[in-house]
Amino acid sequence: MKLSPATKNGIKLVTGNRTVRACLIILSGVLLLSLIGPFASRHSVEAINFDESLISPTFTDGRVFGTDDLGRDLFVRTMQGIRLTMAVAVVATLVSLLIGVTYGVIAGYAGGKLDALMMRLVDGLYAMPFIFFVILLMVVFERSMLLIFVAIGAINWLDTARIVRGQTLSLKRRAFVDAARLTGVPSMRIIFRHIVPNLMGVVVIYITLTIPQIILFESFLSFLGLGVQEPQASLGSLVSGGVDSMEVAPWMLLIPASFLALILFCFNFLGDGLRDALDPRGDAT
Amino acid sequence: MLRFALLRILSAIPTLLFVILTAFLLVHAAPGGPFDAERVLPPEIEANIERTYHLDEPLPQQFVRYVRGLLHGDMGPSYRYRSYTVAEIIAGAYPVSFLLGALSLLLALALGMFLGLAAAIRRNTMLDRVLSAVAISGISLPVFVIAPVLVLFFAVHLHWLPASFASTSPGTRFVLPVLALALPQVAYIARLFRGSMIEVLESDFIRSATAQGLRTRAILFHHAIRPAVLPLLSYLGPAVATVLTGSVVVEQIFGIPGLGQHFVSGALNRDYTLVLGLVIFYAVLIITLNLIVDLLYGYLDPRIRYR
Repeated sequence: MKLSPATKNGIKLVTGNRTVRACLIILSGVLLLSLIGPFASRHSVEAINFDESLISPTFTDGRVFGTDDLGRDLFVRTMQGIRLTMAVAVVATLVSLLIGVTYGVIAGYAGGKLDALMMRLVDGLYAMPFIFFVILLMVVFERSMLLIFVAIGAINWLDTARIVRGQTLSLKRRAFVDAARLTGVPSMRIIFRHIVPNLMGVVVIYITLTIPQIILFESFLSFLGLGVQEPQASLGSLVSGGVDSMEVAPWMLLIPASFLALILFCFNFLGDGLRDALDPRGDAT
Repeated sequence: MLRFALLRILSAIPTLLFVILTAFLLVHAAPGGPFDAERVLPPEIEANIERTYHLDEPLPQQFVRYVRGLLHGDMGPSYRYRSYTVAEIIAGAYPVSFLLGALSLLLALALGMFLGLAAAIRRNTMLDRVLSAVAISGISLPVFVIAPVLVLFFAVHLHWLPASFASTSPGTRFVLPVLALALPQVAYIARLFRGSMIEVLESDFIRSATAQGLRTRAILFHHAIRPAVLPLLSYLGPAVATVLTGSVVVEQIFGIPGLGQHFVSGALNRDYTLVLGLVIFYAVLIITLNLIVDLLYGYLDPRIRYR
């Protein structure tokens, strides 16, 4: 695959900035642990065993994170939770990117009245209480993973659409786009072959800024019992379970909560670091 | 200004209608009616129930009826708590939620601005760096992690504050919920205010003021703060929305009988009318507050008015 200058620039940023690098290492570590960890444990995710309920974290018998109130192994559960949380984050982010980039590119490339109209719509949508709509969706329809992916992804595209539109506006005045147009390349092809690849630098930053929002959102839903359903677990539903038994088993709260916080920290630092690195002014948010 | 205000108010109406229509259609697109519970009812009774709730009418007619009801403050009966209307439930629950939200926002503004100002003045010092790191941490920590950890520490471990809102001491029972709700906002506001303050402090008119030999305090409080507050103002709209959603979680954790708790229990019970009513209530609230913020912004910053 041939990389555009913007992508190359992005890769240089990722490897150059210390904070960014540290975050990437931690995140890959956590992800790897969640993928491999369950295989290293002797305990299964779903095995309920009341004789072994509420064991506090210990090294005997491989119960490094202890067990929950049903005697399920918390290490395996947490690792599953991380996987699910990450999966939702990735898929929902892709959904949001797909909508945001398409919308922004079309508005920016079309310009004029259509652009004005589309951006007015985005302004209007900013005022919508989306979280409540997603909850409404969860109430009305059968809760499925697919619905969670799409619903969460579909509400987080506004920022991306705005930024992409702005970038497209400046890109389409560049000489190589003019050249393409003059040689008779159709608009759709110009958009996808010449403009979208040059947006990748910005898009990468918005991915890292969107992912934590989506993780937050999914865990919020799961915390309220409106997201992932038992026996599946995400970090949000694990925290929720931990809240219910925190007085007798604080580890049930603290372990998944720490992983959630760690993941969110890293993504936020990552996004921040990338944005600072790209924006020479740095300070202004 | 009047033209700007009118235009802005008029443009809020379609948004509002759109929200109501979407929510209404979503609820009515639900597979199965609200009453097909465990028991199978005889068809006559089912027809009677449908007639009572006007579910037998065509959808447009139901929508018109619903909107007309809304204008009179009538959101229909709750499907689960049969003896209450949705409006009664909301009227009973909102004061606690409002108090909780207002206190948290005030705390967040006061503390956030103070920290932001401190960081901006002592820019690039140790203090600034520590505050920035704390701010990012605060933004990263979700309310449903902050709240239980606060409870675990201050209530379960130290026994300083009550863990539940049902506690006997009315003065202290608000402390932890307000704190939990405010902390992420403190972090965000501090960061935002630091940024805008630094930008203002680097601008020409502040340099002129310094050149004139004004004292630092006079420069800060007379010249710098006012323009630096503007970005905060536009953050207030989203902040209110975030506090509202956070309050759903906080009410759940502390057992506060507010809007959020009804929202969650309504959602879990599939109480369609209650959830629909609450979504619309929240939407109206958020859209109105955004409108007020916009008007205020237009009042404070003339450039907005003439765009």
